[in-house]
Amino acid sequence: MNRVRPFDHFVLILGTLFMVLPVAVAVMTSTHTAVEIHSHGLFLTPGGHGAETYATVLTRQGGFTGQVTGTRMMMNSLILGIGFAVGKIVLSMAAAYALVYFRFRFASFLFWIIFTTLLLPLEVRIMPSYQVMSDLGLLNSYTGLIVPLLASATGTFYFRQFFKSVPDELLEAARIDGAGPFKFLIDVLIPLSRTMMAAIFIIMFVYGWNQYLWPMLMTTEERFFTLMRGIKQILQVWVGSQIPDYNEAFALAILALAPPVLVVVVFQRWFIKGLTESDK
Amino acid sequence: MTDVTQPPGAAATLRRWWQRTSRPAEAAKRVQFDRPLLPWLFLMPQLAVIFVFFYWPSVQAITSSFYLEDPFGFGASFVGLDNYRDALGSAEYRRIAGFTALFTALVTALSLGLGLLFAVKADKVIRGRSTYRTALISVYAVAPPVAGLMGMMLFDQHIGPFVTLAAKFGWTMQVGINYWDTAFAMILVSVWKQVPYNFIFFLSGLQGIPASVREAAVIDCKNGFTRFRTAILPLLAPTAFFLLIINITYALFDTFAVIDVMVKDKPANNPITLVYKVYNDGFRGNDIGGSAAQSVILMVVVLVLTLVQFRWLERRVHYG
Repeated sequence: MNRVRPFDHFVLILGTLFMVLPVAVAVMTSTHTAVEIHSHGLFLTPGGHGAETYATVLTRQGGFTGQVTGTRMMMNSLILGIGFAVGKIVLSMAAAYALVYFRFRFASFLFWIIFTTLLLPLEVRIMPSYQVMSDLGLLNSYTGLIVPLLASATGTFYFRQFFKSVPDELLEAARIDGAGPFKFLIDVLIPLSRTMMAAIFIIMFVYGWNQYLWPMLMTTEERFFTLMRGIKQILQVWVGSQIPDYNEAFALAILALAPPVLVVVVFQRWFIKGLTESDK
Repeated sequence: MTDVTQPPGAAATLRRWWQRTSRPAEAAKRVQFDRPLLPWLFLMPQLAVIFVFFYWPSVQAITSSFYLEDPFGFGASFVGLDNYRDALGSAEYRRIAGFTALFTALVTALSLGLGLLFAVKADKVIRGRSTYRTALISVYAVAPPVAGLMGMMLFDQHIGPFVTLAAKFGWTMQVGINYWDTAFAMILVSVWKQVPYNFIFFLSGLQGIPASVREAAVIDCKNGFTRFRTAILPLLAPTAFFLLIINITYALFDTFAVIDVMVKDKPANNPITLVYKVYNDGFRGNDIGGSAAQSVILMVVVLVLTLVQFRWLERRVHYG
């Protein structure tokens, strides 16, 4: 009925090139030396210096204190990504469980208290948030990096929607069998939510890993720098240098984009399901 | 939500709101646990985080927007609406607000348009379907600062292919120096980063349209484009509206990193958006009251956008 024309493929191929070519160029160019890049421009073919560039980026001790290496930044990004995703799942699952499965006063008032946080992104309250963190003495700590980002209701929203779709009969049956709230949560609800948890984990991991503004403000000590902070750093070094380290900048960009892109591509199905079924 | 049978009045509204919010949540589940304390225990961590890191800072932003704070932190004096007057009255603020509006409109329109186009085509083809899909989705996970860095390279004075290409058409592109050239690069990078998100949602919207509807549309209408406009597009309208709000929010806030990376700490003669100005005035300029007032203005903008979205969400839940 709907005949596919060559034009359709043409549009899709153009689209694919538009999306993927910049990444491909970054990967290829990162395997050439800075001098080659400076004289020739960007590359679409692999060069022979990839191993040493990546080794340099990962192990060279940079910054003023010599405390920060690419590996260190990657570790910090990983801690932020995983810590944020796990924290989000634990907090929001507990909150959604209370909101959906318990009868208590002020439930819908609390619902609105929590969901109001969807209204305002961190960026608009960034100054006072920073102030609060500094008053609490949480600057330059992993707690300060992760916990404030948890103050939004996205995860609670996902889990609430999901719990509401779980059949009521399960709770009835569990109660007849004498299961209390903890037993029901651990033995019935958590096993049922595994796919949902995986989807949320992927979305939140990508979100945490990709954070820029907050880590930039929170971490003045170099040992807490994430890869995103490193990217800012490498661009600042550029100003005034004769031949900027293009190769290292590209290598850093690849290190920063590879883990979340791989996670999304490999777990595509879960990720899309999680994203589209709960409308964010 | 509003009950038209009640006379309007603040006290009555407040009482109704209190009645509504203080009674147990209505029918989330037919059966629920009846424990007075346990739900609070489950909610405590989330509530604690929200109060300390959301409500407290938000209240602080609003209060400090009415004060003129000494940059060295020695005190603050109440100045009423002066900070708002200064912000809204300054020509610079209005210029940046104008650019933000233009930037947001272009990024939203282009990334929605491209996302929709690719989704329609990807929905149609059979061969190579999953390859196209993977390729078009993959960039979703690229962080805005990384996208900005790659944009910087592609528009670099010495090595950037876009600069070389533009030169062939007699366009001397100077990103980071020329205002509109920088704006062009920023918009392109921001669109590139957002297309996958729109693609994912449009594609899943298209795949949710039943085959019978499509077949009926084919019988009714021969012309492919008219068919798309009259039968498919209205069915995608809810998705499109949801995405519209999300994209506006993205263009206003999430592009901060792209802008920060691309202006390289020299916002003087480069295009910036309002969020960047909030950050710049607050952290660089130490104008805490002014920055807070600008935050509050932005809060109002987001609030309006989100309320529009919630209204729509509610409607879809009821009738969809």
